Amino acid sequence: MNFWEYLANRHQQLLTDAYQQASLVFQCMLMATAIGVVIGVVTYRSGWAGNLATVGTSAILTVPSLAMIGLLIPLVGLGVPPTVIALTLYGLLPVVRNAIVGLRGVDPTLVDAAKGIGMSSAMRLLRVELPLAWPPILTGIRVSTQMLMGIAAIAAYASGPGLGNEIFRGIASLGSKNALNQVLAGTLGIIILALLFDAAYVVIGRLTIPRGIRV
Amino acid sequence: MSETESGGGAHGATIELVNLTKRYPGNPSPAVDNVTMEIKAGETVIFVGPSGCGKSTTLKMINRLIEPTGGRIRIDGEDVTDIDPVKLRRKVGYAIQSSGLFPHMTVAQNIALVPKMIGWPKGRIRDRVEEMLDLVGLDPGEFHGRYPRQLSGGQQQRVGVARALAADPPVLLMDEPFGAVDPITRDHLQDELIRLQHELHKTIVFVTHDFDEAIKLGDRIAVLRERSHIAQFDTPEAILTNPADDFVSGFVGAGAALKRLNLSRVRDVEITDYPTVTVDDPLQTIFNKLRSSGTNEILLLDQRRRPYKWLRRGDLMRARGSLARAGTLVSDTVTRDATLRDALEAVLTDNTGRVAVTGRRGEYIGVVDMETLLNSVHELLEADRLEALEAQHELEEARAAQTHAEQEGPGGEAKA
Ligand SMILES: Nc1ncnc2c1ncn2[C@@H]1O[C@H](COP(=O)(O)OP(=O)(O)OP(=O)(O)O)[C@@H](O)[C@H]1O
Ligand SMILES: [Mg+2]
Repeated sequence: MNFWEYLANRHQQLLTDAYQQASLVFQCMLMATAIGVVIGVVTYRSGWAGNLATVGTSAILTVPSLAMIGLLIPLVGLGVPPTVIALTLYGLLPVVRNAIVGLRGVDPTLVDAAKGIGMSSAMRLLRVELPLAWPPILTGIRVSTQMLMGIAAIAAYASGPGLGNEIFRGIASLGSKNALNQVLAGTLGIIILALLFDAAYVVIGRLTIPRGIRV
Repeated sequence: MSETESGGGAHGATIELVNLTKRYPGNPSPAVDNVTMEIKAGETVIFVGPSGCGKSTTLKMINRLIEPTGGRIRIDGEDVTDIDPVKLRRKVGYAIQSSGLFPHMTVAQNIALVPKMIGWPKGRIRDRVEEMLDLVGLDPGEFHGRYPRQLSGGQQQRVGVARALAADPPVLLMDEPFGAVDPITRDHLQDELIRLQHELHKTIVFVTHDFDEAIKLGDRIAVLRERSHIAQFDTPEAILTNPADDFVSGFVGAGAALKRLNLSRVRDVEITDYPTVTVDDPLQTIFNKLRSSGTNEILLLDQRRRPYKWLRRGDLMRARGSLARAGTLVSDTVTRDATLRDALEAVLTDNTGRVAVTGRRGEYIGVVDMETLLNSVHELLEADRLEALEAQHELEEARAAQTHAEQEGPGGEAKA
């Protein structure tokens, strides 16, 4: 069976896997974004707290993904939970770092103006600082998504969902006639998903970045 | 906390600074040291002084963007040193250099911010935005939906002022608001501010390090030296003709006579009527007017009654009756709020020896000519000279009395 026949044969399974992978990454990204932006907002005003947040989240990223999932399995069991937790943790760094850099990068005269016209600090954050820091935060989310798309493949190791299953099956049966097809299909699927997500971010950027600061 | 004032507009409030002091952490000597000053309601007070003398720090303590280390601030008699700063700032307009407009909001959204915060209803806010744009001389239809980056520096500055005034605060603080625009635009913005203030009567505290700007805008000027110590706090006239010490005269600089021209405005001199025609008039009317006017030329206005061209007798003949080709374009006009110095400049550059005076929308009001200007200038300088002589005389008398007393004192003792 050549690669095209394989695809035609298995497209049902492949589409399901791809859908599950996309949904997994999307949901983990939502959580990573929410948590990451909150960490950024809480820490950006203080020098040491901001640096601690950046160092902490980058430390997470240095833990090999297999090891991370391996460590989580005894704690939360197999399947979806360890995968979601691991991916969310990995997704934090780019979001946190860009949120802190973006919030700190807001022109101080604008902050001064916001205070000067009588905005409370919550309002300043919501109406001025976050909107102005949004483009770099969105870039962070985009980088994070690309990264998670690859790491998510490892989820299969913990019996998680996604295209990783295809790759693992192929690796497990190396030498059999479909092994290469399976690895190839899984990998290409992940690349295509990543590109689709990237395109979606361009659209999201168009929709959410205010016209006045769009480059 | 919704309504601080009714539609009529809040006029200025008094501001009292009592022993106001600011020490920045890590610096033993204070940046602002014991400043006491009283600013009257509806008055424009300018803080002027060398860089780093504490002008901005003093200003920002008034709306507590910088918290004072000591002393009190009272606005309209109310002690605001310890009230919620957010509440205080909504009653005090604030405009800064480089406008401080939020780039992600449209012009209208920027202006609507403060009215929204204090809970005005939507319809009122919408009307107010239009009104404010109109007030600062920007066409609401055109500028309403623009983003700040789609405006020139001068237009941004106007919107900044509109935003500061939107909720009709009795007090307006301005920190070098025109510092970042080119000299011509700055001049226009200054004229606009003067016109605005004529209508609104806010209490304005304005920081600059340009003494000419201070003279032009201020009812009173506070010349500050290091640590915000007040070297002299008086009217521009008094500071020009009678500087308190060498520091102040150093700041006044050379050319006091010319600067004096900045203190009087076109509205203070006689604006004369002048024969005009409009581009819509039939040629015959224009011919008749030229013949009967008794002046060398007449002023041609465009459809919107703005000065357009000077027409001389014969110009029309030479151009074979074509208005488009006849006459010389009006090169410069002044408003009623322009200073005599600007008017003089315009008269000198226009070869007709007069300059057209225009209203808010550029429409013709009248003209000022060289003769009127020269007469006014002579009167001004004469009056100043008399005043200065008097002051000097008083000073000499005081000194003489002092020397006399000093000579008498010890001498008398020796005799005894
Ligand atoms: N946040 C701060 N921390 C420490 N020192 C400060 C701070 N802000 C200002 N200073 C110091 O206080 C003094 C007064 O500063 P301020 O900004 O009020 O001067 P200024 O008169 O407005 O000057 P300029 O004309 O240059 O704007 C300066 O010596 C300055 O170095
Ligand atoms: Mg300053």
